[in-house]
Amino acid sequence: MIGITHLLADSMVIAKRNVIKIKRVPEVLVFVLVAPTMMTLMFSYVFGGSINISDGSYREFLIAGIFAQSMLFGATSTSVAVAEDKEKGIIDRFRSLPMSQSAVLAGRTASDIIYNVLTLFVMSLTGLVVGWRINTSLWEGLAGFGLLLAFSYAFSWIMAFVGVMVPSVEVINNAGFMVVMPLTFIANTFVPIENLPTVLRVFAEWNPISALTQGARELFGNIPLGAPEPTVWPLQNPVAYTLIWVLVIIAIFAPLANLGYRKAVKQG
Amino acid sequence: MKNVVEAFGLVKHYGEVVALDGLDLVVTEGSVYGLLGPNGAGKTTAVSILATLLRPDAGSARVAGADVLEEPALVREKIGLSGQYAALDEHLTGFENLDMIGRLYRLGRSRSRARAAELLEVFDLSEAGNRPVKTYSGGMRRRLDLAGALVASPPVLFLDEPTTGLDPRSRIELWGVIRELVARGSTLLLTTQYLEEADYLADRIMVIDRGQEIAQGTPDDLKTMVGGERIEVTVASVNDLPRTQEVLEGFAVGDLASEERNRKVTVPISGGAAVLTRALRTLDAAGIDLHDVGLRRPTLNDVFLTLTGHTAEPSKNGRMPVANSASKKGRKR
Repeated sequence: MIGITHLLADSMVIAKRNVIKIKRVPEVLVFVLVAPTMMTLMFSYVFGGSINISDGSYREFLIAGIFAQSMLFGATSTSVAVAEDKEKGIIDRFRSLPMSQSAVLAGRTASDIIYNVLTLFVMSLTGLVVGWRINTSLWEGLAGFGLLLAFSYAFSWIMAFVGVMVPSVEVINNAGFMVVMPLTFIANTFVPIENLPTVLRVFAEWNPISALTQGARELFGNIPLGAPEPTVWPLQNPVAYTLIWVLVIIAIFAPLANLGYRKAVKQG
Repeated sequence: MKNVVEAFGLVKHYGEVVALDGLDLVVTEGSVYGLLGPNGAGKTTAVSILATLLRPDAGSARVAGADVLEEPALVREKIGLSGQYAALDEHLTGFENLDMIGRLYRLGRSRSRARAAELLEVFDLSEAGNRPVKTYSGGMRRRLDLAGALVASPPVLFLDEPTTGLDPRSRIELWGVIRELVARGSTLLLTTQYLEEADYLADRIMVIDRGQEIAQGTPDDLKTMVGGERIEVTVASVNDLPRTQEVLEGFAVGDLASEERNRKVTVPISGGAAVLTRALRTLDAAGIDLHDVGLRRPTLNDVFLTLTGHTAEPSKNGRMPVANSASKKGRKR
C-alpha cells in the first residue's frame, strides 16, 4: 500500500518535471502541433481528390486515421525523452534516490498523455475547418478521443522500453519511423482496405491500428454510408479489440521497460 | 573508527572488457577517501556498484551498514551521488531541480523548498536559482549537481570526478565547497584523475589501474613512494638526448623517463630550485641546447610510471583492453 502511495506521489513529481519542460521549450510544442495540422491539410487536399469513398466524404473518413497515426508518432517522443535522460545521467541520479523506482517511467508516460491531448485538440480544430464532424453524441465523441489516448498511452510503454534499451538518442527517430510508418499505412487509416492485395489486407485487418481507427470512426460517426460490413472479428468489434491490445501491451511492456530501467546506467 | 563503506573482491566485466578485477575498499566514518586513476581504470564502475546503480559480477559491498546487493533501498537512503556528468534537467531552474530531488527524497513540500533555497545559498547560486540550468556555466552546473547530492544531508557521499572538465578557478572553488562539507563530518568517497586533487582533499588515497589496486596510503605515503618534484627538460636536438639523460641521472632520486618523440627527459629530484639551477649549469657546460625547461610537481602520470612502469594512458575506447588484464586473472579472489 505504501508502495503504491509512493509510486503515485513520485510519479506526480516526475510528471510535473516533464510538464514544466513543455512550458520551457515551446518549440517542441509547436512541432507537436504543426506536424499533425500539416498532415490533416495535406491528406485532405492532396489525396482527398483521388481516393473515392463510397457515399461519403473522404475528409470525414480520413481524420480518424490521421488521429491514430499522430498518436503513434506522439508516443515516439517518450523514447526520445527517456533515452536523453539516460544519456545525460539523469536516470543515474534517479536510481540513486530512495524513490519509487517505477515512478520515473510511470511519470514520463503519464505526462506524455498531455502532449497527445494537445495534439488531438489542435487536429480536431483543423479537422472541423476541413469539414470533419462528430456525428454522434458528446459522450461517444469523448469515448473516441479516450480510445485514441488509451492506445497512445500503451504505445508509450513500448517506446519507453525502446528508450531505455537503445544506446543513443539518434537511433530512435529512424527506428520509430520504421515501425510507425508500416503500422499506420498498412491499415484502414488512409484508404479502405478492401482493395489491398491479400497479404496486406489480412495484415491490415488484424492490425490494431485499423481497429483503433475503425473504433474512432464508429464513435465519431464517421463510417461512410454504404461501406462494406467488416468480415473479421477485430473490425467488427474494434473498440474491444483495441482495448485488448492496450491491456496486453501495458501488461508486457510496462514490466519490461521497468526492468530495462533498473539496469540502465550511463557507462563512463 | 567505524567502516562506512566496505567492498570485497568487486569484479565487473563489460563484455570483453574488465572494468573491475577484484577490488577491495574500506572507507572509515568521517574520512575522505580518494580513488585515483586514469580514464577506464574502473573508478566510475566502483562508485556505480556502491551507489546501487550496477550489480557486480562477483564480490560484495556494504554502505552505511546496508548490503548493496541485498538492501539497495536502504543504501539509497544513506547516500548522495554526484556523477561525472552533471545529472540535471536543463530545462528546469536550479531551484526546481533541487526541489524535485527533495520531493523524491520525500522531504515534503515545504521542507523540500526550504532545503533547495538553503543549498542554492550555500553554493552561491541564489541569483541563478530561478534561471533554467541550460544558461549555467560548467562550474555552476557542477555546484548544482553537488548540491543535488546533499539535499537529504546523506551521511555518505560519492563524488565521481567532481572537477573533471572544469577550468582551474571553478575547480578551486569546488574544492573549497567539498572541504567545508567534509568538515561537517560527512564520509566522502571521491574519484579523480588528478593527483593534486586527491592530495588536497583525501585523507587516504588508493591508486587503481585496470580495475585493480596499485597502491594505497595517505597522501604523504604516496608522495614518499613517487618522490617530490620533477625536472622536465626538452632538448633542441634529439641527438643530445642520451647525453642529457647521463647528466640528469646525477641529480635523480628515482627513475628517469625520456620520450624521444617529444625530445623530453623527466627526472625526479629533491631540493627544488637549487638543484634545478645546478642541473642547468651542468647541461650548459656540456654544451646541450635546451628548448624548454621546468620544475613541476608529480602528476598522475608520474605516479603510474613509478608504481607500474607504464604511463596512465587508457586505450582508445577509454578502457583497458582485456588482453592486458587477462594475464592478471590469477590474482582475482
